[in-house]
Amino acid sequence: MIVKTTQDLAGGSRRYHLFRTWRDRIFFAGFLLAILIGIAGLAALLIDVLIDGLGFLNWKFMTTYASRKPLESGILAPMAGTVWVVGLTAIFTIPIGIGTAIYLEEFASKNRLTRLIELNISNLAGVPSVIYGLLGLAVFVQFLFNGSRNLTAGALTMTLLILPIVIIASQEAIKAVPSSYRDAAYAMGATRWQVVKTVVMPQAVPGMMSGIILALSRAVGESAPILIISSLVWVTFVPTSPDSKFTVLPLQIFTWVSQPQEDFRSIAAAGIIVLLLILLGMNAVAIWIRNKYQVRSE
Amino acid sequence: MSTNSGPNTAPLTQGRLLPYEVVRRRRRQYLEQSIVSWLLRITAVISILTTIGIVLILVMESVGFFSQVSVWEFVTGREWTPLFKPQKFGVLPLIGGTLLVAVIAGLVSLTLGLGAAIFLSEYAPERIRKIIKPVLEILAGIPTVVYGYFALTFITPILQGMFGSERVIIFNALSAGIVMGLMIMPMVSTLSEDAMIAVPRSLRDAAYALGATRFEVSTKVVIPAALSGIVASFILALSRAIGETMIVKIAAGATPNLTLNPLESIQAMTAYIVQISLGETAHGSIEYQTIFAVGLLLFVMTLGMNILGRAIISRFRQVYE
Repeated sequence: MIVKTTQDLAGGSRRYHLFRTWRDRIFFAGFLLAILIGIAGLAALLIDVLIDGLGFLNWKFMTTYASRKPLESGILAPMAGTVWVVGLTAIFTIPIGIGTAIYLEEFASKNRLTRLIELNISNLAGVPSVIYGLLGLAVFVQFLFNGSRNLTAGALTMTLLILPIVIIASQEAIKAVPSSYRDAAYAMGATRWQVVKTVVMPQAVPGMMSGIILALSRAVGESAPILIISSLVWVTFVPTSPDSKFTVLPLQIFTWVSQPQEDFRSIAAAGIIVLLLILLGMNAVAIWIRNKYQVRSE
Repeated sequence: MSTNSGPNTAPLTQGRLLPYEVVRRRRRQYLEQSIVSWLLRITAVISILTTIGIVLILVMESVGFFSQVSVWEFVTGREWTPLFKPQKFGVLPLIGGTLLVAVIAGLVSLTLGLGAAIFLSEYAPERIRKIIKPVLEILAGIPTVVYGYFALTFITPILQGMFGSERVIIFNALSAGIVMGLMIMPMVSTLSEDAMIAVPRSLRDAAYALGATRFEVSTKVVIPAALSGIVASFILALSRAIGETMIVKIAAGATPNLTLNPLESIQAMTAYIVQISLGETAHGSIEYQTIFAVGLLLFVMTLGMNILGRAIISRFRQVYE
């Protein structure tokens, strides 16, 4: 009886109801499709690279220098360059990034200057990487090193590029330390620096480390600023000191992609596989550190 | 100073320090603190110096350029031929090329990213969300040079198959734009989803109680309430697209070309900067200075969009908290 009344009332709009139900289902499929296209794009990219490059990936490829003949080319020089750049960048970035984060979170009073620095850091995080390349070219290469396009100039440029990421990640790690820990230390008469050194830092270091590794992985994959700094694209030696000329893995890949011959594209794909494996490894370590740290704090 | 590490427990456990020793130790601790405090302050200033450095370098080198080319000629000129005679310095073709790619990337990333955000925040159960989100985030972590390779060797051949290889030039704006859209999709979806999740549960419940379908709740309640966040995510993603270098350098070409046809070859501002850096351009020449003038323009454009995007987000946060 009641069912019948409802149907009577809805009689005129029954088709509309059906329309709404089907519209809901179709758009559900549409939204799902958007995600699937994204995932399919990722899958296509990885499969494309693997098919093109896997056959060229062997020990000889890892241990020889770039050559005019694609089949005799290897990635020894760019691998060494990448290790150098990441190492130097880490040395420069870690003290500056962590220092800034400690200053902003633990030492600075919340005044206009602090707000200005924080606003400035978030703006720097959005500056295109190619602009950092121009900064490095003018300040480090032309001014500091008198036209020498060396490793230190590249690493300093990368430092400025990833510094905002490191600072923000370190700030998050410091913020995650419960303030009751600090209060306990202050109550026992510790100075501010003692609190930071003995209470905050031991707790925050794992979070900082995971953020720093992720930032460094960004530096590994970044090519535009290094391209402007290094410019040199056929490097056939392993850099031996910080004032050596250099190339890095993404830059070598770019050089090979830009060659018209099909075989160069293939070894570019082989280089991409190595690059992606390095990034995968760094991200895995960062996630591992973060998970271990989370378990401990609970 | 290292002999002083961990001294704060000593007075409590030993209790045998004479008063003057306590005072001396305390003084040392405060001296150490003030030195450290100054060192930390210096590191914090580096970020400010970076910004000043960027602005100063871009402006100084551009001043040299604009003393030879008028700002008006630069901004309104429709021809960009700095490398051959007669040299023309009209930046519009570079801006046009950049915007053409960015708009294509924006359309792709808005469609995919917004769809993904709605699915994740309104439809997907927590278990599926936890799996899908990190997979999408991988897209944001892949180096741009890899995307360039993907555009050139995978997307471009597909486009040539679809539209005919005589119409689609090997280096074209469409291929670069599609791939760039894929790259910034996670950015749009994450930021939009954050905005959607911030919409109070009660608004959704009210609409469901009135018999609305999930689609109606999503499009008539959640999206309007989260609109500012969605717009902001879109602006920030476009700014990323404008500043992106390697994809346009590898896949979009090196022909400054004021066109709306996405199948043609163009040159983006970032790609021009890189092209000049790769060549043998003498330091101090006008060709060298052009990259800083173009860089200044790029910096102003992206900075403006980033400030606008973040201003919209922070205004939106005030509404709900």
